[in-house]
Amino acid sequence: MSPLSETTFANVCEQDVCAIETRAITKIYGSGNTEVIAMRDASMQVKRSEVVALLGPSGSGKSTFLTAVGLINPPTSGQVLIGGELVLDGSVAQTNLRTFRRNHIGFVFQKSNLIPFLTAVENVQIAMELAGEPRSAARHRALELMDYLGVADRASNLPSALSGGQQQRVAVARSLANRPSVILADEPTAALDGARGRQVMDLFAKVAHEQGAGVIVVTHDHRSLDVFDTIYKMEDGLMHRAEKP
Amino acid sequence: MNLATKDIGQSLGRFVLTTLGVGMLLMVVMAMGGIYRGIIEDATLLVNVIGADLWVVQRDTRGPFAELSRVPPNLVHRALTVPGVQASREFVFHTVQRERAGKPFRMAVLGLSWPNDKGDWIPLMAGRPLRQNHFEMIADATLEFDLGEKIKLGKETYTVVGLTYNMLASGGDGIGFFTTADAQAIQFDVPGEAVRLERSSRAARGTRFELAAKQPSLLEFANKPAAELPQIARPQVSAVMISVLPGTNVQTVAEIISGWGDVSVFTREGQRELLLKGTVEKVRRQIGLFRMLLVVIAAVIMGLILYTMTLDKIHSIALLKLIGAPNSTILGMILQQALMLGALGYGIAFLVGRKLFPLFPKRVILADDDLLLLAAIVLAISILSSLMGIWKAMKVSPNEALA
Ligand SMILES: Nc1ncnc2c1ncn2[C@@H]1O[C@H](COP(=O)(O)OP(=O)(O)OP(=O)(O)O)[C@@H](O)[C@H]1O
Ligand SMILES: [Mg+2]
Repeated sequence: MSPLSETTFANVCEQDVCAIETRAITKIYGSGNTEVIAMRDASMQVKRSEVVALLGPSGSGKSTFLTAVGLINPPTSGQVLIGGELVLDGSVAQTNLRTFRRNHIGFVFQKSNLIPFLTAVENVQIAMELAGEPRSAARHRALELMDYLGVADRASNLPSALSGGQQQRVAVARSLANRPSVILADEPTAALDGARGRQVMDLFAKVAHEQGAGVIVVTHDHRSLDVFDTIYKMEDGLMHRAEKP
Repeated sequence: MNLATKDIGQSLGRFVLTTLGVGMLLMVVMAMGGIYRGIIEDATLLVNVIGADLWVVQRDTRGPFAELSRVPPNLVHRALTVPGVQASREFVFHTVQRERAGKPFRMAVLGLSWPNDKGDWIPLMAGRPLRQNHFEMIADATLEFDLGEKIKLGKETYTVVGLTYNMLASGGDGIGFFTTADAQAIQFDVPGEAVRLERSSRAARGTRFELAAKQPSLLEFANKPAAELPQIARPQVSAVMISVLPGTNVQTVAEIISGWGDVSVFTREGQRELLLKGTVEKVRRQIGLFRMLLVVIAAVIMGLILYTMTLDKIHSIALLKLIGAPNSTILGMILQQALMLGALGYGIAFLVGRKLFPLFPKRVILADDDLLLLAAIVLAISILSSLMGIWKAMKVSPNEALA
């Protein structure tokens, strides 16, 4: 960390390290005529146990931000720190991103993202097995999580046999499987009814508080905004902190 | 959790069909190897089983299989006088093509030198060796004769007294064993009219000789069978086979005989060489090249199959990368599927081939060495052809899971 960045990015997380910190991350897609600046100088700090909502109109760069923090889609410039560790400096990885994702980050994405040839429970189980959990323990916990999310009865169905909402809940279960320190969710409740959506949001808050995880949720659902500790808004690739309603 | 089997289980029908296809393809490769082996085996079979140490043939020919050879029958007795020779036999061999039940029917006619050789060395499935010096035959199973069946060849009718197997000429035709005399009768069979014409032309020629004018009774001989004419030789034989006494150096005997001006001599190994380098050389090379071509084609097809199998899974692979699966997991999945496809395909090829190949018109021999080699080739193909898929999988970004 250079002295310059120390001064530029004062740490609001105080003596505690941030669960998530981005420093002026910018993402430019394409070049020349087709250049799109999807995100410009986005900075955010998320403390442990903090649940952040990210709002903004379609195309404002929310997913771009989330995939950058998720180490899937590195920014063009800026830095991403997870648990105080610099993992992305510009587009340059400072560690093995895939191993880092496996051990520290849980994802729920906008579109269904279950492996089609695995059953619902196997989709949750595989995440834990990849992290080295023994098979039986992994299965046990997978079923527990699915039970909690109300999809245990569909455990042995393939994703194609599940409704959009059910698929989304299985994805939520998978994101929580490895007790991540960072949870990133892109409209996780879009396919759920109000009560279920609320339940998922509550679950994220609960996990954040119990495990000390930092959580960022992109949402359009203004009814459950009270769950969140902090609210950020994005507009035309620019991010700012907003007041809680 | 084994991702390879989970993925296959999910689209089992497709995998089964693909495996069947690969299996059939490998079966053709296997068949080509077997046909190649069969050609070599068939070509040298007679030389191997007939058990002669030396073959004496017409001078400067590469007979009796690779080309025509004619030696006088008395060569049998001349050969016996060479020190170290245990036995010598006449070898009469030629192929006939006749018709049976409207279909062309080919048979290699082989003469056994009665009474020394009654065909006791021929492995029989049924029946017995020859017991009289005329009108009996032992037939190879591929000729499809029944025991006791009577066959008319030339002017005579022969009875099948024994059935043997795997007795094929280098061209793949089944062999019929006769006594030398019968074999020659079949070979030199001339229609009665031709005989009568030959005899009268002989008589006509005779009248122009001064000798016949002085001794008219000589002309009476002109109308007699050729065998009774003292100045006309007996029909010739193709070659003479020699067995040497145990402990005798074959080479020494061969050297003595090769000193004779009218014949050439080959060892058993030499004959095998002549057959492989000569008669079947082109066929052998043709099949060998075709087999190599098939291996390459099989490799390309398997590569494409595995590549498309990987392409079908590319979204899942991106997703696996997204949730942090290491490369070894993804590589393992692709490689395991490749090996499963290869191994199952090979198994199908082997099992189906074993049932199917015996129905082929010519022999298909699955030698252990060839099977092992093909297994190694399939293994190599499986690994190599999955590389394309692996390369594609390694290139895909986890970001594509979200697309
Ligand atoms: N791979 C890409 N190539 C080029 N442009 C892209 C790419 N991905 C996103 N964009 C552009 O970047 C901008 C931000 O996209 P992003 O997906 O982050 O928006 P979003 O806020 O998530 O929208 P939504 O609410 O509809 O999901 C958009 O203008 C989009 O067209
Ligand atoms: Mg989005």
